[in-house]
Amino acid sequence: MVTDLAKTPDIVAVRTAGGTVKDSTGYRVFRVVNATVLTVICLVTLYPFVNLVAKSFSSEGQIAAGNVNLIPRGFNTTTFQAVMSDPMFWTNYKNTVVYTVVGTVIAMAITSTYAYAISRPYLKGRMFFIGIAVFTMFFGGGLIPNYILVANFLGWRNSMWAVVVPGALSIFNLLVMKSFFENFPTELEEAATIDGLTTYGVFARIVLPLSKAVIATMTLFYAVGLWNSWFSAFLYLDDKDLFPVTVYLRNLIAAATGSQEVTGGAGADAVQIGANIQAVTMLLTVLPIICLYPFLQRYFVSGVMLGSVKG
Amino acid sequence: MSMTKARVAEVAVGGVEPTPAPPPVRANTWRRALRRDWRLYSFLVAPVLFLLVFRYLPMAGNIIAFRRFRPGSSIFGDEWVGFYYFEAFINNQAFWSVFWNTVILGALTLLICFPLPIVLALMLNELRSRRFKRVVQTISYLPHFLSIVIVAGIVFQLTSLDGTINQIVRAAGGDAIPFMQLPEWFRTVYVSSEVWQTVGWGTILYLAALTTIDEQLYEAARIDGANRWQQTWHITLPGIRPTMVVLLILNIGSFMAVGFEKVLLLQNPLIYSTGDVISTYLYRVGIQSAQFSYGTAIGLFEAVIGLVLVLSANVVSRRLVGASLW
Repeated sequence: MVTDLAKTPDIVAVRTAGGTVKDSTGYRVFRVVNATVLTVICLVTLYPFVNLVAKSFSSEGQIAAGNVNLIPRGFNTTTFQAVMSDPMFWTNYKNTVVYTVVGTVIAMAITSTYAYAISRPYLKGRMFFIGIAVFTMFFGGGLIPNYILVANFLGWRNSMWAVVVPGALSIFNLLVMKSFFENFPTELEEAATIDGLTTYGVFARIVLPLSKAVIATMTLFYAVGLWNSWFSAFLYLDDKDLFPVTVYLRNLIAAATGSQEVTGGAGADAVQIGANIQAVTMLLTVLPIICLYPFLQRYFVSGVMLGSVKG
Repeated sequence: MSMTKARVAEVAVGGVEPTPAPPPVRANTWRRALRRDWRLYSFLVAPVLFLLVFRYLPMAGNIIAFRRFRPGSSIFGDEWVGFYYFEAFINNQAFWSVFWNTVILGALTLLICFPLPIVLALMLNELRSRRFKRVVQTISYLPHFLSIVIVAGIVFQLTSLDGTINQIVRAAGGDAIPFMQLPEWFRTVYVSSEVWQTVGWGTILYLAALTTIDEQLYEAARIDGANRWQQTWHITLPGIRPTMVVLLILNIGSFMAVGFEKVLLLQNPLIYSTGDVISTYLYRVGIQSAQFSYGTAIGLFEAVIGLVLVLSANVVSRRLVGASLW
């Protein structure tokens, strides 16, 4: 099915190439309107990012006066310096990197081995092993039993494991990998076995090297998820030195908007400094994703399609 | 009797190595499978252990909805109290307030965020310039990759008194509105941010489905004199119907769990009257106030509703449109 997708000719182009001459006036008008609306949608989607950049470089006074939208006013880089000189910001940033790497490694180890085993048609009990995974998609333990398990039973309060382990298996990713591995015929394994490879050898030397595309995609899914995650850290960690940068940012926003806007009026200065700093912190947090995104986008898209085709 | 025979035969085969085993006509017993594929089964040990501990143990932990739980004691609770905690929340006015908030917010999200990706995918499908199409896709997918914390931060920035939306309000001659402090604005703000974040990414599956529609159908329709709109209505939409149905069923299943993390980040006590949903209420009473059993009862109630919704949506769609999840 993967190959089918790749081989599918550009149907849209074929269809439209044939229709060029015979377009009715109504359809031509529609196409202009359509392109215009899509352009507006793009601009509206991008606007918040532009606004964030503009605020990052603006002075507090200009933001407070409601003058900042597309272009920085009262241009300065002091906010960047202020945020980047906070050692806690870098500690938490480093934590995010560590959690992302460790979490992704654990998740990939569990997901790829599980997916390979349940992709083998001769595995006895295959439907059972698939079923126990799929069932968890529709029914789960809920917030509190999970909390009791991790915090009380396993004693992972203020531990990195609470952040990286409980989410280590995404059933969606598992099914995507399974359907990819199903493309490897059993005969391949039999041939490799005759050449003296065990199942471990087949997996490590043949299957994994031939699955780089799906491994890259799944790694990205997990890594982005972990980079962006905040709630489990927020729930299980109290020690500021252990926070990921998302929790740092969450606390910053809560301090600036929650308390300040509610009390209103007084302390308006604090709110503005907050708005400034928030923008910079958000920008720095999202920067790695924005920078990598254009290069990685096609992997994400192919991953989702892979999952949908066989699901 | 036959079982023993099979085992004896197996042991014999296992013992005498070089004789090529006859084609597997005999029953594929577990013993045999384990002996042959133990390496493959060893791959399953860690994942199955993971599922048992992190998925099935909490599932069993739901039992504390029926048992009194004391921190430090058994994770399955101490004494049986039956439906005590269920009666407690069903008789609680606060619960019904968050229940209806959840239903309204879930319904609004479903009504608005489900159809929009279809419309956007159809619009993208009409574009002739592949380059332009790719640019629109790249831009509209982007918000999907942001942390919810960032999305919440952006919402606060745009809706603040000096933010862009209030700049527009003032330019139109109005007074600045403190959006995040007014209960009547919460649903609008929430659904708008949801649209911004999810609609672009939501088109992927529809665009994939659109490429699988047979081109000959369009040609035949053109010969029959169908215009562009009729082609869309009679060919394109039916062509992506299975995708629509599956996504609708999945959306209905997550109906009750509406964006817990985002609501938690966006809400504050001033807007609880519209902005508090079951999951955030559960978090507050269950974890912050440490009423574990009470919270679990609410969580179980929510999970069961979710399961029932998915199953019934699946049955209905199988009867009506012949498409279903399994």
